[in-house]
Amino acid sequence: MARKLLVLGEVREGSLRNVTFEAVAAAKTAANGGEVVGVLFGESVSALGAEFVQYGADRVVTVENEKLKQYTSDGYAQALLAVIDQESPEGIIFGHTALGKDLAPRIAAKLQSGLISDVTGLEEEGENLVFTRPIYSGKAFEKKIVIDGLIFATIRPNNIAPLEKDEAKTGDVSSLSVDIKDLRQIIKEVVRKATEGVDLSEAKVIVAGGRGVKSEEGFEPLKELSDVLGGAIGASRGACDADYCDYSLQIGQTGKVVTPDLYIACGISGAIQHLAGMSNSKVIVAINKDPEANIFKVADYGIVGDLFEVLPMLTAEFKQLLVNA
Amino acid sequence: MNIYVLMKRTFDTEEKITISGGKINEDGAEFIINPYDEYAIEEAIQVRDANGGEVTVVSVGTEESEKQLRTALAMGADKAVLINTEDDVENGDQFTTSKILAEFLKDKDADLIIGGNVAIDGGSGQVAPRVAELLDIPYITTITKLDIDGTNATIVRDVEGDSEVIEASLPLLVTAQQGLNEPRYPSLPGIMKAKKKPLDELELDDLDLDEDDVEAKTKTIEIYLPPKKEAGKVLEGELGDQVKELVSLLHNEAKVV
Repeated sequence: MARKLLVLGEVREGSLRNVTFEAVAAAKTAANGGEVVGVLFGESVSALGAEFVQYGADRVVTVENEKLKQYTSDGYAQALLAVIDQESPEGIIFGHTALGKDLAPRIAAKLQSGLISDVTGLEEEGENLVFTRPIYSGKAFEKKIVIDGLIFATIRPNNIAPLEKDEAKTGDVSSLSVDIKDLRQIIKEVVRKATEGVDLSEAKVIVAGGRGVKSEEGFEPLKELSDVLGGAIGASRGACDADYCDYSLQIGQTGKVVTPDLYIACGISGAIQHLAGMSNSKVIVAINKDPEANIFKVADYGIVGDLFEVLPMLTAEFKQLLVNA
Repeated sequence: MNIYVLMKRTFDTEEKITISGGKINEDGAEFIINPYDEYAIEEAIQVRDANGGEVTVVSVGTEESEKQLRTALAMGADKAVLINTEDDVENGDQFTTSKILAEFLKDKDADLIIGGNVAIDGGSGQVAPRVAELLDIPYITTITKLDIDGTNATIVRDVEGDSEVIEASLPLLVTAQQGLNEPRYPSLPGIMKAKKKPLDELELDDLDLDEDDVEAKTKTIEIYLPPKKEAGKVLEGELGDQVKELVSLLHNEAKVV
């Protein structure tokens, strides 16, 4: 059955986020031959429409308004409901990001619909569109279907491969004018704390530190490795509790759940709490002094050794590899 | 100030997960207050202590959730309400739970509603924002700081590591992110007092709802465990050689760099 799907795109520092391209790929599967319409909100976002199309959207609808410059639930909800009203889609795909997690439940509630959150895969099986998502912090998975109402889903970054970019593909980029009013929350200030550039949930490579890094300065060799690999820094609860780093870096049951291509755990013992946040990473490397550490049980590759000795060597080796590549 | 906390009893995911009869096996497992809801309860108590008022903790669940509600009372909440859906709801989803909570809350004149930002079992994070929408009040999710001054709230919201400072006014719903506070343990006098605090039990009938009103919009068709991961390769030899081998494995075998 062909369906018409919307994808709410996300812009970060002037560019479309990678999760948006992944959401387009998910929407293509859900549309099953139907139309996929990209949706973009902001002050001036039409120029990004072309790339949205090159990654698979058939066309793009934008709502440009200075009140949409920053995400607020009230502003985005008004804009999205106006687009839904114009387009009458059968479903909407969001990223399972701060924005998608905040907005999607509200729109689903407003439209008396279900919402399947944190999706890591989807496929058409017979009459049903079947979504896969992790539950119990990734220790189990469930398959879900929508039985009534619109199809709403948020997709977890880094799990659904984007379509190949087709530079030749063109599609209509139209704008819809929406009168945004009565914002009930006012953002006074945004404090950027996250590691520059690479967002933890979307990072392809994460170098994470635990109690074994011993101090705030102890994260330096991790940062050097992460910079070489274009990755992001993460941490275990132990490192956060000990004040070696900010809680925004915490990966685990309370904290962020990540699924990078490569996860390098440095001085992390591998408490279940931490494993819940990273065990679905594609490749896990453990570096720990303690050969009995639990982290070696989930790691694909392990080095038993002092991270302060191993990391500089590893950084140098990767530098050499990437220079030669 | 009239404060409500949305609480869920959850499976402690530090437990080993097994499946029997197509469902997660709960026999003998530990159940806890969802950790993010603990932050919510703590924050509610602190806001009440600073501003006066009353904290009511509400949970949609079964009789078994009473234990976690008593714990919330022992922490310092004033009242608890269990909306027992055991007889009425077999396969609910987030639509179901939020509809029930919103029906309960709609005539309560809550100034502040606090929930956890996500439950660690189902992990959807939908219920609280849905409830806010159904009640037509503003909401702010994943907060790490809350200051209330009269009817104004100044909030710090965690946005994937960045922080937004947001102003909003009451009534308001917020969801707790880690870092909001340090939840207290129930004290012994707290536990004694909790036994005498009111814990009301309601069913759908009491909210003028019937099963059809809250029928789920989504359905779980299968639950399964991820494939068991083989133990990895711990490298051996001189450290320098191990490092070279690791880089080569990541580049040539795993192909992630």
